[in-house]
Amino acid sequence: MSQMSRRAWLGMAGAAAAAGLVGLPQLQREGRAATLTPRELIRQRNLPNVVLTTHEGEEVRFYDDLVKDKFVTINMVYTSCKATCPLTTANLVRVQKMLGDRVGRDLFMYSITLDPEHDTPEVLNTYVKTFGAGKGWKFLTGKPEDIEFLRRRLGFAWANREMDRNKDFHTGTLRYGNEPLMLWGAVPGMAEPEWVSECVLFADWPQNREKDRERIAQLKSRKASGAEGGASPTAPIAHGHGHH
Amino acid sequence: MHLLKYRLTKRQRDVLKNRQELIKAGISRRDLLKLGLMTSTGLLVEGLSVSRAFADTTTTVSRSTSQSCGSRGSSLCVISPPIQPFLDLLPTPRDGTWRIQTPTALTPAPTAAPNTAAGEGRTIAHQAFTQFPPQKFYGVTQKAGALRITSDPTIDPQNLWGFAIGTPEQNNPINVPGPLYVERYNVPILVRNYNRLPPEGQNGGFGKPSVTTHLHNGHTPSESDGNPCNFFEIGQFYDQHYPNVLAGINSTHPGTGDVQESMSTLWYHDHRVDFTAQNTYKGLAGMYLLFNDFDTGDELTGFHLPSFPQYDIPMVFNDKVIDPSTGQIFFDLFNLDGVLGDRYLVNGKVQPVLHVSPRRYRFRWLNTGPSRFYQFFLTDLTNLSATNTFWQISTDGNLTDRPYQVSSARVAVAERVDVIVDFTGKAGKTFYIENRLVQNDGQGPGDRGDIQLFGAGQGNLLLKIVVDGPVVNDNSQNPANITAFYGFPSTNVTPRVTRNFTFQNRGDWRINDKLFACEDIRFRVLKNSVEIWNWENEGSSWHHPVHMHFEEFQTLRINGNAPATSPLVQKGRKDVARLESRDTHRLFFRFRDFHGRYPIHCHNVVHEDHAMMLHLEIVDSGGDTNTRP
Repeated sequence: MSQMSRRAWLGMAGAAAAAGLVGLPQLQREGRAATLTPRELIRQRNLPNVVLTTHEGEEVRFYDDLVKDKFVTINMVYTSCKATCPLTTANLVRVQKMLGDRVGRDLFMYSITLDPEHDTPEVLNTYVKTFGAGKGWKFLTGKPEDIEFLRRRLGFAWANREMDRNKDFHTGTLRYGNEPLMLWGAVPGMAEPEWVSECVLFADWPQNREKDRERIAQLKSRKASGAEGGASPTAPIAHGHGHH
Repeated sequence: MHLLKYRLTKRQRDVLKNRQELIKAGISRRDLLKLGLMTSTGLLVEGLSVSRAFADTTTTVSRSTSQSCGSRGSSLCVISPPIQPFLDLLPTPRDGTWRIQTPTALTPAPTAAPNTAAGEGRTIAHQAFTQFPPQKFYGVTQKAGALRITSDPTIDPQNLWGFAIGTPEQNNPINVPGPLYVERYNVPILVRNYNRLPPEGQNGGFGKPSVTTHLHNGHTPSESDGNPCNFFEIGQFYDQHYPNVLAGINSTHPGTGDVQESMSTLWYHDHRVDFTAQNTYKGLAGMYLLFNDFDTGDELTGFHLPSFPQYDIPMVFNDKVIDPSTGQIFFDLFNLDGVLGDRYLVNGKVQPVLHVSPRRYRFRWLNTGPSRFYQFFLTDLTNLSATNTFWQISTDGNLTDRPYQVSSARVAVAERVDVIVDFTGKAGKTFYIENRLVQNDGQGPGDRGDIQLFGAGQGNLLLKIVVDGPVVNDNSQNPANITAFYGFPSTNVTPRVTRNFTFQNRGDWRINDKLFACEDIRFRVLKNSVEIWNWENEGSSWHHPVHMHFEEFQTLRINGNAPATSPLVQKGRKDVARLESRDTHRLFFRFRDFHGRYPIHCHNVVHEDHAMMLHLEIVDSGGDTNTRP
């Protein structure tokens, strides 16, 4: 598989999944309607095609435009959140830098608002600029009922109803996934950015495994040698340390 | 640093740390002001710390008793098609329907050093290979296959991942549960574990073909322990060395180990970081039995426990969902709380049947989850008001100090309970192993005081037991007459350190407000020392069965009280602490004989994957005394 182009591989995987051939004996049942393929099942259950608007004002469909055939990360935040969101977003900015030019090319990051009434595309756009989220990472809003539907289907929800109703307790979990490979996992959005990057890459196309390993090894050795950009972590508060 | 002049509260320290994180990400002061996170005097608003309020979520959650429906949180409600129960015989090792692992020649021969050139995924040498050279060699191959879980013709064979006996070349069929290992103390073994799972894209909807097999309960050197981060890929293999020695052999009881640390019933399962729940649910789990000169497997000797395999039957319980749209088992990947199934399997078959003779049997009960808690009763549907007692003889597969007569046993994910059930005088009767614990979502069975049991006969009938076998001799000992198994090792020892761990939800799963990463070693334990650990469940909604690899602990206190033996047996050597609502368990640990990295984690495998886990390292010298790592 290592020499195959990604497009050819994708085509194969897609065709195999569509035909329901998953490398295993398929039972023929008499008089039974055609069953769903697993990939289609996930799409129907968890990846609804709701209409969303990006922070750049572009209208998109969640499944068709954002997730289908793609390798993605998804999390949920809202701009007036004072607890987890700023930390998660800031951390993901570092993750985006670590993942380099993959983001926007063949890995796509999505942050969906939990507060669509307040978080219009313009508000999201300001948030994006403030945090310095780069290209390939879209912030998304939409109609409140669509956002709520999407939130539940993506599992950014708690069984404890009281907790689930309160935005303060929303989860900072980052979901990562590869839609055609049906590989989905999650990692806390506030974990060490090198670790978040490593986890996200668990869902990468298998032919990238060696490159991913090298990238992660580099990130870890940079971290170990303390060669990270940004302010010293011991800068005292009162000196209002700015960035530039 | 001039701030040291001021004594910061913990909250202020958190706020400072959070601000440093933002600075590292390049957020300017001006931005923080605009975002409303900073006042003009330069101090961050107090709210910018991950709120402790998570812990204070009230306990007044309305709990309907409607049918469990996957995970309520994600509002995903999948109901399996009906499956006719009691059609299949329970697979057991006594008749070969549950295959026992058999040795295989391994080429190239295993070496202490990893054989990278031959495709071994292991990167660390076997630390005890020369001290405990393997005497038996096994091959096991992980691959896909289709297996029937029921004879009900309306349900298709299921596309599963399982362990096949032998090397890939031998091309044996998969087994779910995996092949049963039947081993003895002081007979070290080596298992060559091959990954021949299908490539990405062919997982049937869930599962990652990158694996690491953990022998749960095993006193195993770290490099063979199936650590979540020691995964290996398709085409590779990984040699795992199981010395099968008693704890203490290189320390407190040199040369022999401490017989009071003997274990009997272990299990193995995939443990791949972030994908444990999916892979285990897909079939990658099995059991492992350890016999010795006391728990001999022959009722004529030792403790006279019912003979294996005729009268000693392991039982693996798990719950699954069959999706009507595909006809295949379904796993909810988009779930944070825990996943419940509505179809109940024992040894891989839906609600099977076991025929027994009117005599004593040993049953070894294991719950592989993913998230359900069970409470097993013996039910006679023709006499629902009767209490049918049995004898519990182990906690987490370790014999208790003596048998305890009980009317039920609660079994969380990864716990094991060995019992002796006496069918003497019951010829012609039918019993059911019934789960009566009410659980409506993946969090757990409910807050303290809110845990409910179904009435007799109204729970889930898991296994039908028909007492119509031939009358045979019973040379096993009546548990009422067994006054002792092994004693418990002494806990009257001053620990080197007492450490505190709080298991919590802050919008994600944490231990001591920190998150997991493979490379992060949270603390270092000095090999051959004693520690006391307090494990606290901060929340009320979730129950956390928390597991420490490598060593068994003894429970000193549960919420300040000595562990009870009635109505549930809490006293014993265990490796899973069932942390119910707001529980604190005080635990006594020794860490002996081997060094390396080991995890502590919640065994609600959905929590585990999201990632309620930490790593410690056992070191030959040094070690820290961090009381809240």
